[in-house]
Amino acid sequence: MSQSNVLQADFARASILREPATWLPLCRRGDLVANSGVVAWHEGVQVALFHLDQGAAGERLFAIENRDPKSGANVIGRGILGQLKGELVVASPLYKQHFRLEDGSCLEYPEQSLRVWPARLNGDAVEIGLD
Amino acid sequence: MNAIVTPLTRETLIIVGNGMVGHHCVEQLIARGALARYDIHVYGEERQRAYDRVHLSEYFGGRDAESLAMCDAEYYASHGVHLHLGQPVLEIDRDRREVVTAAGRRGYDKLVLATGSFPFVPPIPGAEGNSRLVYRTLDDLDDIRAAASKARRGVVVGGGLLGLEAANALKSLGLEAHVVEFAPRLMPVQLDAEGGAALKARIEALGVGVHLSRATQEIVAGEEYAYRMNFNDGECLETDLILFSAGIRPQDALARAAGLAIAERGGIVIDNDYRSSDPDIFAIGECASWNGSIFGLVAPGYGMARNLAALLVGEAHEAFTGADMSTKLKLLGVDVGSIGDAHGATPGSRSYRFIDEASASYRRLVVSADGKHVLGAVLVGDNSYYDTLLQYAQNGIKLPADPSALILPQSEGAPALGPDALPETATICSCHNVSKGAVCCKVDAGVTDLGELKVQTKAATGCGGCSALLKLVFDAELAARGVEVDKSLCEHFAYTRQELYGIVRVEGIKAFDELLAKHGRGHVGCDICKPAVGSILASCWNQPITDPALVPLQDTNDTFMANMQKNGTYSIVPRIAGGEITPDKLIVLGEVAKKYDLYTKITGGQRIDLFGAQLHQLPEIWGELIKAGFETGHAYGKSLRTVKSCVGSTWCRYGVQDSVGMALRLEDRYKGLRSPHKIKFAVSGCTRECAEAQSKDVGVIATDKGWNLYVAGNGGMRPRHAELLATDLDDATLVRYIDRFLMFYVRTADRLQRTSVWRESLEGGLDYLKQVIIDDSLGLGAELESQMQHVVDTYECEWANALSDPDKLKRFRTFVNDARPDPDIHFVREREQRRPVHAHELHLIPVAEEVL
Repeated sequence: MSQSNVLQADFARASILREPATWLPLCRRGDLVANSGVVAWHEGVQVALFHLDQGAAGERLFAIENRDPKSGANVIGRGILGQLKGELVVASPLYKQHFRLEDGSCLEYPEQSLRVWPARLNGDAVEIGLD
Repeated sequence: MNAIVTPLTRETLIIVGNGMVGHHCVEQLIARGALARYDIHVYGEERQRAYDRVHLSEYFGGRDAESLAMCDAEYYASHGVHLHLGQPVLEIDRDRREVVTAAGRRGYDKLVLATGSFPFVPPIPGAEGNSRLVYRTLDDLDDIRAAASKARRGVVVGGGLLGLEAANALKSLGLEAHVVEFAPRLMPVQLDAEGGAALKARIEALGVGVHLSRATQEIVAGEEYAYRMNFNDGECLETDLILFSAGIRPQDALARAAGLAIAERGGIVIDNDYRSSDPDIFAIGECASWNGSIFGLVAPGYGMARNLAALLVGEAHEAFTGADMSTKLKLLGVDVGSIGDAHGATPGSRSYRFIDEASASYRRLVVSADGKHVLGAVLVGDNSYYDTLLQYAQNGIKLPADPSALILPQSEGAPALGPDALPETATICSCHNVSKGAVCCKVDAGVTDLGELKVQTKAATGCGGCSALLKLVFDAELAARGVEVDKSLCEHFAYTRQELYGIVRVEGIKAFDELLAKHGRGHVGCDICKPAVGSILASCWNQPITDPALVPLQDTNDTFMANMQKNGTYSIVPRIAGGEITPDKLIVLGEVAKKYDLYTKITGGQRIDLFGAQLHQLPEIWGELIKAGFETGHAYGKSLRTVKSCVGSTWCRYGVQDSVGMALRLEDRYKGLRSPHKIKFAVSGCTRECAEAQSKDVGVIATDKGWNLYVAGNGGMRPRHAELLATDLDDATLVRYIDRFLMFYVRTADRLQRTSVWRESLEGGLDYLKQVIIDDSLGLGAELESQMQHVVDTYECEWANALSDPDKLKRFRTFVNDARPDPDIHFVREREQRRPVHAHELHLIPVAEEVL
């Protein structure tokens, strides 16, 4: 399977998700760091934004809660982006447990789970979906 | 209820005593499904459920009763075991088969006595209240603490194992501590005269008074202190409190009153199956006497508990055949070990002794008359010899031709006991009683993963002290069966780090994506392969790790070039090469720390660590540091950390070379070298070795002719003495050898493998390493040197690089769309500096204290 096929499959899966009620702009495209994370603030909530940029093969954006439940520290946005058994994950920088970017669930500790938001690039704007 | 057959009426099993052994018995019963057969009631005299008496002294070090507890509060109830605390059993009515407590009677079918022991207090006139304290229970410790609060000096009567432990407790309470022992030496049971003398010297050096061959005749009112102890020899000692730790006696009163057979020297007489003279009553632990002996250690007590539990549920169990009383412990911070026949009491036995009066170390090896086997040993000052000696003693392993090598200071060529030499019966994990044979069985059954082995056998999951030995045995057994172990880095690369390094170099690959596309799987990678490849690329090509394509590969600490701490803030360590710093630079560090309110601590590597900076503060802080002439210290990287040094011949009357000068030269040369793991150096100016070079990855010690080079040492979790690679080198040769050593390590080590572990995994060992580095047996010398020169020539301070590029700095923002700091980071002040708030303190702080 070529790389672009994998990403097309990912996009197909993303597109069947329900459209959120509103799209909220958080920051600009230039604020993102390719294949890594940054953190945005929205009314007391810290949102980690991960930008998977595969050049010509496409790009994806994920929004996930920044608070690491194990340490209680706001560090998820500083974790390493990875893929394990086909699923995109972020590794917490403190204790290295992995969270699925798709739904926020934790690979190692099912009781830990992070909130996720739909996210998209709308022109130059980085937006997350709210209901 | 069709498939499961449960007896309609369960028998009642009563366990008297909820100490460590009684508790372990309950655990073992639960694990073996005993509750299907028994209704279990446990009676404990103390208010607290079972706690860890071995670590009792930590109660004074800040641990509370809850953290010493052997299990959760709900453990008993959740398994359906009835626990009756604060309810001493008053009587055993053997005729009616009932126990009597203040709450009434309860019938039993089987009764287990695990009543433990009580401290023996000799009958001395005047001993009462604070002059008659003991050290056994948490309540005792509360009494001691209360007495100590008004005291300046405390005396422990008894210089045995528990007495010294108690002296340590008094010391930790801030008292001037003394030990009074009746025998002419300390720890008379475990140590011989010379061992006792070495221990005495060490303990006195810690400020504890030791008084030997003294019997206390009476205790009267003192003049300067509360009490005066008058001794048999006419001497006296004044003190504010007296703690008796003169031995233990089995707690057999209940059994005695019930008419059970009691041993001559006390203790409930048991047979090989832990049975008392009444077949329905069993006794385990310190209250039991087997063959006239009491076994006052936890390990034999646990063994009894384990086997009795098996017997009670009808499983196969081992009969008791006595227990090995070998012990290894740290008393007042001093290593003490005693194995088997420590006194050489076996007829015809012969001893080897090593005495080092300078450091008060003593080792004695007792061997059989034919010189073939170890019978016993005494160790004072260094327990690193213990494990090997114990294996020799317990397993009857044949001694090497010169047994003295086993206790001589460890140097090159000391006979280490390889995993092949261990017999099948050798105990690998004593916590869970796992033998080498059990490990072999699992390997035969197809286990090829160390983690899986631990899950299945529980080995190395207790204290963990046997992990290294377990891995050695496991690997050797796998190798012996020709099992190919999967050494893939992760699911994305079916190569070892060493193989990937070769691919990167040979094909000139400079980007992760290229390597992944050509030799890997998937298109993203993970948190294992990304940092590993990032490190390889840096070792080979040394491009700035701040380059956009390299940033996503780095571990968090490398990404932000600082060390993330538990609350998400960072610590900052500027390079202080060789530990040498000017007053002006020291002032700058102080000013910066003060301005940003950073917690400041001196590190073990002669540097200064500044804690508590938030992400967005890092560029500003580094701007100030770089302006003052500092550069990054790479404390965050798998790279050279520090070159520690002593002042050397410049100042020191003993120094024979300029150790600081050499340290600066080495640190300047190798700073910035990315490697499989962190690397630490030290340079000492003479053989006194004040820089502790022999515990470093690279250690350099001055001689009057040049430098001795030591390699592959380690401190930390698994200390290892560095090995002497070459002697009396001139400066240029020293640097050439270090170049080759480091690059050879970078080239061939596994991911996150320190030089010590790498060196141990090298087939051919130190001799092979010498051939490669000194004799250039692989013909690689020039190549390794030129690779190193490339890294040296392309060095650049990563922080200076980042600060010069606004695009790289945009990552250093706590929030990309808001200037506020992280509002969830809270500090409190302690000892005039701030530290992260503990979770339980959080509700006390109404407003976030923040520095902007």
